[in-house]
Amino acid sequence: MNSTRLLLLGAEAVAQGAIDAGLSGVYAYPGTPSTEITEYIQRSAEARVLGIRSSWSSNEKTAYEAALGMSYAGKRSLVCMKHVGLNVAADAFINSAITGVNGGLVLAVADDPSMHSSQNEQDSRFYGRFAMVPVLEPASQQELYDAMFHAFALSESVKLPVMVRMTTRLSHSRAGIKRRSAAVAQHPLHAEYAPERYVLMPHNARRQYQHLLDLQPQLEALSASSFLNRTVEGTTTLGVIAFGIGFNYVMEARRMHGIKCRVLKIGQYPPPRQQIDNLFAACETVLMVEEGYPVYEELFRGYFGSPKIRGRMDGALPRTGELTTDLVASALGTKKPETTTVPEIVINRPPELCRGCGHRDLFEVLNLVMREQAEHHVFSDIGCYTLGALPPFRAISTCVDMGASITMAKGAADAGLRPAVCVIGDSTFAHSGMTGLLDAVNDRSPVTIIIADNNTTAMTGGQTSSASGSKLERICRGLGVEEAHLRTIVPLKQHLQENVAVLREEIAYDGVSVVIARRECIESAAKKKRRSAAKGE
Amino acid sequence: MEKNIILAGVGGQGILSIAAVIDWAALDAGLHLRQAEVHGMSQRGGAVQSHLRISDSELFADLISLGTADLILSVEPLESLRYLPWLAPGGQVVTSTDPFVNVEGYPPVERIIKALNYAVEPLLVPAEKLARQAGSARASNMVMLGAAAPFTGFEPECLEAGIEALFGAKGQEIVEINVRAFRTGHQLTNA
Repeated sequence: MNSTRLLLLGAEAVAQGAIDAGLSGVYAYPGTPSTEITEYIQRSAEARVLGIRSSWSSNEKTAYEAALGMSYAGKRSLVCMKHVGLNVAADAFINSAITGVNGGLVLAVADDPSMHSSQNEQDSRFYGRFAMVPVLEPASQQELYDAMFHAFALSESVKLPVMVRMTTRLSHSRAGIKRRSAAVAQHPLHAEYAPERYVLMPHNARRQYQHLLDLQPQLEALSASSFLNRTVEGTTTLGVIAFGIGFNYVMEARRMHGIKCRVLKIGQYPPPRQQIDNLFAACETVLMVEEGYPVYEELFRGYFGSPKIRGRMDGALPRTGELTTDLVASALGTKKPETTTVPEIVINRPPELCRGCGHRDLFEVLNLVMREQAEHHVFSDIGCYTLGALPPFRAISTCVDMGASITMAKGAADAGLRPAVCVIGDSTFAHSGMTGLLDAVNDRSPVTIIIADNNTTAMTGGQTSSASGSKLERICRGLGVEEAHLRTIVPLKQHLQENVAVLREEIAYDGVSVVIARRECIESAAKKKRRSAAKGE
Repeated sequence: MEKNIILAGVGGQGILSIAAVIDWAALDAGLHLRQAEVHGMSQRGGAVQSHLRISDSELFADLISLGTADLILSVEPLESLRYLPWLAPGGQVVTSTDPFVNVEGYPPVERIIKALNYAVEPLLVPAEKLARQAGSARASNMVMLGAAAPFTGFEPECLEAGIEALFGAKGQEIVEINVRAFRTGHQLTNA
């Protein structure tokens, strides 16, 4: 091959950058579009030789805290999650900004504007502002790679966690990456004894919080000199502040349509005040281009508004969804191109459960049993089985956040709903279902909890589940589920009648019952088969 | 030089292997490249697409703008229609004629072909049949790449080198089947 560049997804560029920047451990729970960061490190032969710790955590909060612990011990750690995962890890994240860090701690968070694979499109930069830590938002895969060196060094220089924010489009797009020749060596173990920072009792917390506030001007000065922030000169009175990947669409539109606007590219926060003031002084109109919420547009407009500012809040750009070159070009005043239209016969092709998937057989059983009931509500959760909401099954009635199936069923049961049935996957149960089950047991709530155990985290591509197989039974027993109401079924066609009978009995029981529906994910079974065939076994 | 290519299909049909071969050729030629793909929920039997951009100068956007795709390469006929607004005037559509029917109301293939012929001058490829002739129905994505090769801006030899690089780890037999499939497809446009 002529090229020395590596072909990497944005997510993989984060991973390779972290490895080359002296990473000692990565902690994560899978979540689209962030999963490939950790998977890359798990697959990397170099990471193995370097002894970089990389197995999956039970959830984003345990992941974040473990990363903070590794940082406390003096080493560089990375923690990765999707945007909604940061809700789960928020307690740890916000407070780690108060304690500060020792070894570099980088949080790589991947947002999903347009909700390709998510229940909302929240913008993680809000959390970055909330925690008052530096946020990096690179615009290209190469910048992502380079930013990892910067992020770890920055984290250690200001002793704060640093967020690297990206979005689906950058995370799931490939480009050629130039690697640096000199990798950074891992730090030795040097745990920091500093209870005055790390024991967040009020007297320490107040001092640490003041310190964080005092640091803010320094963080802004660091943004002003960051390689991620720069100005592109222009000749018109139209200026653009392009945040993160928004920069790409602005530059593309500029090139395609010969627009000569000034552009301030922002890839490091807090935003550099002086550069922004300069742009505003030189321009009559300023378009704010943000991939996500109009976080800084709202801030710059202020409560009383500014007629100078255009963006997502005045309709120049759509309020929701991912940006495109076409949307940005239109906001810059170009006419929409004439294009071929999509013929009417083109119907949507929604995602569906795989042919031969065990969840199909489970939903068939569940629908048969629920049809006998006066109330048909089934609380569910986040995973492949969420697709049970779509035809032909239409078997579930809720999907809100990780673990909410059990607790919502419990609350509905408390309100008097009978039966209160829920479906949760093995990995989601390990993530956030166990504490909810404990609540139900403590209250003797009449709920029927179906754990769909396919032995993997399937929706994100088959990562190791933190609790599947017999471990699930042991957890349920340990949390206090009665042996007689801890049942296991195998969702296969030939067991249909027997499975219907088990579920019917447990729904009739006036207390906590758990039915584990156990059958391996058909995709991961096929993957295993292909792998052993390739090895010639 | 700049090429914008949309690869279209249904999750699991192997459009990312097609992308990987072209990516390899682009990187080997020292060109700039961006290739956006779909992961996650919509992969499960849903419509998937990959935007592939190749240029000898710096590229910014990962996504192709409306009306600027030089090629829509679809491994499924209905999916070839979905991305027509991205096609540049004079752009080429190359599509397999093998339908993947997993939704109610899937139109008859003849109607799809009619709609295509009405909108553009498509190159229609009986990919599965040709792939079987080459040795495996699973290689129909390489038949499609072969048929579309003249519109990618790469010499067939460069793409074949990409196939060897991509499938090399799976053994010589797999490489040969895929190269044969590529050549079978290529003959359609190069006869």
